[in-house]
Amino acid sequence: MLDIQNLTVTVQGKRILKGVNMHVSSGETVALFGPNGSGKTSLLHTIMGFPGYTVETGTIQFKGEDITGMSIDKRAERGIGMAFQRPPAVRGVKLKDILRMCINRREDVDETAISRYVQKLNLDDFQDRDVNLGFSGGEIKRCELVQLLAQDPDFTMFDEPDSGVDLVSIHLVGTVINELLQRGNGPCKKIKSGLIISHAGHILEFVNADRAYVILNGRLHCSGNPRDILDNIKSKGYEGCITCLR
Amino acid sequence: MSTVAPHKKRKKAGRDPSGKKGDIDLSAYSGTAEKHGPIETLKQLPFDVKDKSLSVGIDAEERCRSGSFYQIDHSVLLSSAYAEGLEVMDINRAREKYKWLSHYWWHAVHADADQYTAQTDKAQHHGYFVRTQPGTKVDFPLQACLFIGKEGLAQNVHNIVIAEEGSELNIITGCAAAQAVHTGLHIGISEFYVKKNARITFTMIHNWSDQMVVRPRSAIIVKENGLFMSNFICMKPVKDLQMYPTAICAGENATVRFNTVILAKEGSTMDIGSRVFLRAENSRAEIISRALTRGGDIIARGHLIGEVPGVKAHLECRGLMLSDRGTIHAIPELEGRADNIDMSHEAAVGKIAEEEIHYLMARGLSSDEATAAIVRGFLDIEIKGLPPHLAKEVKKAVTMEEDLHLF
Ligand SMILES: Nc1ncnc2c1ncn2[C@@H]1O[C@H](COP(=O)(O)OP(=O)(O)OP(=O)(O)O)[C@@H](O)[C@H]1O
Ligand SMILES: [Mg+2]
Repeated sequence: MLDIQNLTVTVQGKRILKGVNMHVSSGETVALFGPNGSGKTSLLHTIMGFPGYTVETGTIQFKGEDITGMSIDKRAERGIGMAFQRPPAVRGVKLKDILRMCINRREDVDETAISRYVQKLNLDDFQDRDVNLGFSGGEIKRCELVQLLAQDPDFTMFDEPDSGVDLVSIHLVGTVINELLQRGNGPCKKIKSGLIISHAGHILEFVNADRAYVILNGRLHCSGNPRDILDNIKSKGYEGCITCLR
Repeated sequence: MSTVAPHKKRKKAGRDPSGKKGDIDLSAYSGTAEKHGPIETLKQLPFDVKDKSLSVGIDAEERCRSGSFYQIDHSVLLSSAYAEGLEVMDINRAREKYKWLSHYWWHAVHADADQYTAQTDKAQHHGYFVRTQPGTKVDFPLQACLFIGKEGLAQNVHNIVIAEEGSELNIITGCAAAQAVHTGLHIGISEFYVKKNARITFTMIHNWSDQMVVRPRSAIIVKENGLFMSNFICMKPVKDLQMYPTAICAGENATVRFNTVILAKEGSTMDIGSRVFLRAENSRAEIISRALTRGGDIIARGHLIGEVPGVKAHLECRGLMLSDRGTIHAIPELEGRADNIDMSHEAAVGKIAEEEIHYLMARGLSSDEATAAIVRGFLDIEIKGLPPHLAKEVKKAVTMEEDLHLF
């Protein structure tokens, strides 16, 4: 699904990602751990194609196509989606407007799906509000997810979907992420893929990740079992975790 | 009755209060026009005139209208009222008919306020008189059109609107110039009197042409429990538009609201503001403006003056730049002259944040679609209490331009 080779990225002249290699297979969900400022969000933004993240070397391939220089909306069109860690408020644009525009791009559902989605995320009363304007931390996270439901990407990136979410809502967040990534226990063929950033790993108690990466100072260090890696980070810190698993 | 003199600090007549571009030379415009009309029905208007009128909310079919007033150049073509207790007529006729009108004539607006008021005092070309009888509630809007059909003409109109006690009135005024007209000068004096327990909503849509100079001069006096709401929309080119309508809350619980939505294209200068004197206990005011530039220069003013304790007012002024050229200069002013007043303002001017566009693009919208969604949202001010027929016209006027030419 996603294949990143030797990716080096600068932001305003500062090198943030240094030779990143990453692979996410079809149907696979991987977790990404790393300390504050290590480059997690930058990696997601680079995959999504935000200007300002200048690719110095390397390539990003998605579904076999080189998307390294592609615009954001084209990537979204190809099936990439993301839940932002800190999305901007967009004054004047209502949540309902965005959901409608996303749905209108799909053929499998019609606008009646909107009410289903907002109900699922307890966002009924937010449809007519300007997106993210004055939303609480937890509301923002749910609002990101409802947009992704409307968008229905094949590869979805979640930037700290669990931070700031209360103990009851996290269950809901987990359920919806599972739905987006086809992680239910049903027998259906899994083709959707995901990348989940989490610090404490709470969300992974609800969503089974297949693998985890650790990023440190712009470099991806290891990949392995998410639980083992998380336990290692908890006991030895990020640096210790890396030496251990190498 | 209280009075208000707009621009009263600039006592001397003959000076252009916009200052910036220097005085407009009034002698550059023609003071005479051939006579038009009268007509029996607006359907008799030439096709292109009808068409242009429609763009400013004037419906020749008069669907859902309580009356019409139509003036081209210096001629009143038609005035009609279909609702009980509603009067619509040529102001000159009204002044002959009602001697008491002299108490209202140049009362809210002063004749010597500036060269435009002075000019209109000297050479006035009709205008409308609208009045609702006490207790009359007129549901459908009354439409009034001021149209310029002659190149280079000066049109100086003087309007008076009176909502008697307990009455309700909706007016939509469309101001436009013929397709072939490029230059011209429109001066519009408008005096509004909102009596006790009465309400007026006044919606004005402009569609002039790229070389027109426009100088509305309006003042409003609102009595006890009265409500005046103004909606002004200009999304079309104009050379130089300057106005600063001034309202006085003269009676207890009087409420004034000004909503303004303007777009300045390259070559347009718009100096637009609203001012409210809160002169009576518990009076309320709200000024909301949205200014959009695609290369034109905008000054967006707002001035709230709290003169007695216990008044409440808010001013919100947002400007959005859609081009590297053009300017928006927001000048919100709050003036407290008593204690215990609650006045606030919010002003923001800037470009659309890239981050917001990128956010929407990540949902699959193209850059243009994302920009359009944000601009549409910017322009979509929620106008409280606007009757549905007017809300429709406002929405049409605001989005028409955007749909056709913005992107
Ligand atoms: N626009 C920018 N300008 C300057 N520095 C930036 C910019 N964007 C990111 N950085 C820097 O890049 C580094 C990585 O930031 P990034 O947001 O990717 O970290 P992160 O791993 O997501 O951290 P956190 O866990 O705190 O969210 C940080 O040092 C950050 O300050
Ligand atoms: Mg981050």
